[in-house]
Amino acid sequence: MTLNQYFYCCLGIVKREVFRFFQQRSRLFSALVRPLLWLIVFAAGFRAALGVSIMEPYGTYITYQEYIIPGLCCMIVLFNGMQSSLSMVYDREMGSMKVLLMSPLPMPFLLCCKLIAIAFLSLMQVYVFLLCAQLVDVDISLLGYLTAAPAVFMIAFFLGALGLLLSSLIKQLENFAGVMNFVIFPMFFLSSALYPLWKMQEASIWIYWLCQYNPFTYCVELLRFALFGQLNLSAFSVILSATVITAVLALISFSPKFSQQR
Amino acid sequence: MGIVTNDLSFAYGKKIALNKVNLTLPAGFNVLLGPNGAGKSTLLSLLTGLTQTVHGTIHINDNDLSKSKSTIMSQMGVVFQQSTLDLDLSVKQNLLYYASLHGIAPKKALIHIDIILAQLSLTERLHDKVRTLNGGHRRRVEIARALIHQPKVLLLDEATVGLDVDSRLLIISYVRNLCSQRDICVLWTTHLMDEVEPSDRLIVINKGEIQAQDQSSKLCKQYKVADVYQLYFALIHNTEVV
Repeated sequence: MTLNQYFYCCLGIVKREVFRFFQQRSRLFSALVRPLLWLIVFAAGFRAALGVSIMEPYGTYITYQEYIIPGLCCMIVLFNGMQSSLSMVYDREMGSMKVLLMSPLPMPFLLCCKLIAIAFLSLMQVYVFLLCAQLVDVDISLLGYLTAAPAVFMIAFFLGALGLLLSSLIKQLENFAGVMNFVIFPMFFLSSALYPLWKMQEASIWIYWLCQYNPFTYCVELLRFALFGQLNLSAFSVILSATVITAVLALISFSPKFSQQR
Repeated sequence: MGIVTNDLSFAYGKKIALNKVNLTLPAGFNVLLGPNGAGKSTLLSLLTGLTQTVHGTIHINDNDLSKSKSTIMSQMGVVFQQSTLDLDLSVKQNLLYYASLHGIAPKKALIHIDIILAQLSLTERLHDKVRTLNGGHRRRVEIARALIHQPKVLLLDEATVGLDVDSRLLIISYVRNLCSQRDICVLWTTHLMDEVEPSDRLIVINKGEIQAQDQSSKLCKQYKVADVYQLYFALIHNTEVV
């Protein structure tokens, strides 16, 4: 197999995911409406109740809308990662997964392409959301837009790998909805997406510790700093390690030997 | 050239699906005939590597499947019993996606696609969504897809099931023509006896075991029966057809 063949294969998998995404208009619509509702309705209500003090990376007091922007971006990535994995469960049930498995290219490469496709779709949705957010007075610098891209890509890769791992362990499409509830909501709420961790610490120490051990917290913080053109090294290290571990586990779980044993 | 299996066995838990299957399928039209649950789909699943072989060996075009899966996959085209097309994508998008999985550039793939679709009278449906196609057209798209990378081995798992007579005839005659024009090995899996011709190599399978394999006309002669119907009943039920 030549490098060109690998390139065309990756391009084909990404294209297919993009085509499918735009075919499913409700998915595109809900991907934007969900975070915008949080930003416009939820954040407006909480703006008065919640004051956010000066904290890194912000150099001054910020509005609650500004605070939750990275969390909502990560929410988009989390939903997209899980929904793309849901499509893997659907593909397996419908039989189209066989087409992927019949490729002469190595399985780990095909799954990596799938993750790249998930990350590309997430990036696209996050940027559309950020542009919409400008309408509610959330200002992001041009540098922030640029530095956010690799952060979103990395987060999407991690959450996509997590989704793939879950999809490989789930036998039926119906079971996936339950797992989504047990994964998406705890991950999102037990993180710094909606409230700063010091607020959590004041409220409940054990919830604070749960948030500290939740990798999604580090996703949010990585993006929060990236939107300000900064690198949060500890968040970067945690996400990098989590991505490697999750991706390796996902690759193992998709190997025919493992699938057959299950 | 062809497919060779040696002592191929497979079980789902305690239920034996294939028992020491020894097959030799040369280039040409090979028909695997057997009732539902005989082990046809299991055999195809093993031949495609979707199910891992635990007992026995599979050689395809002199390559060991357990060692050279990538080489074999690049030479193999498969039409599965269950439709595996993406209903939300167009015919072109489905075919290009499959070509990309074989590392074929879109430009090159489109040349093959145009030729194959013309042969299958599907050119006008190139931009149609698969969802809008009828069963016969979908099957033809699946056959076109299996041929994009010009395979040397073509496996078809009950490719004509559920289709009307015209679609069945079109598909089977197209595959037979392919066989005569190119030197490829076709394994045509079916439970429909009228799809077998006297010159075909026929393999009869039942309860996971090969009952007979040879040229169809030779088998009829050997078992002293008039046609494939009688041969089938003689081998599967050990009875003469009434």
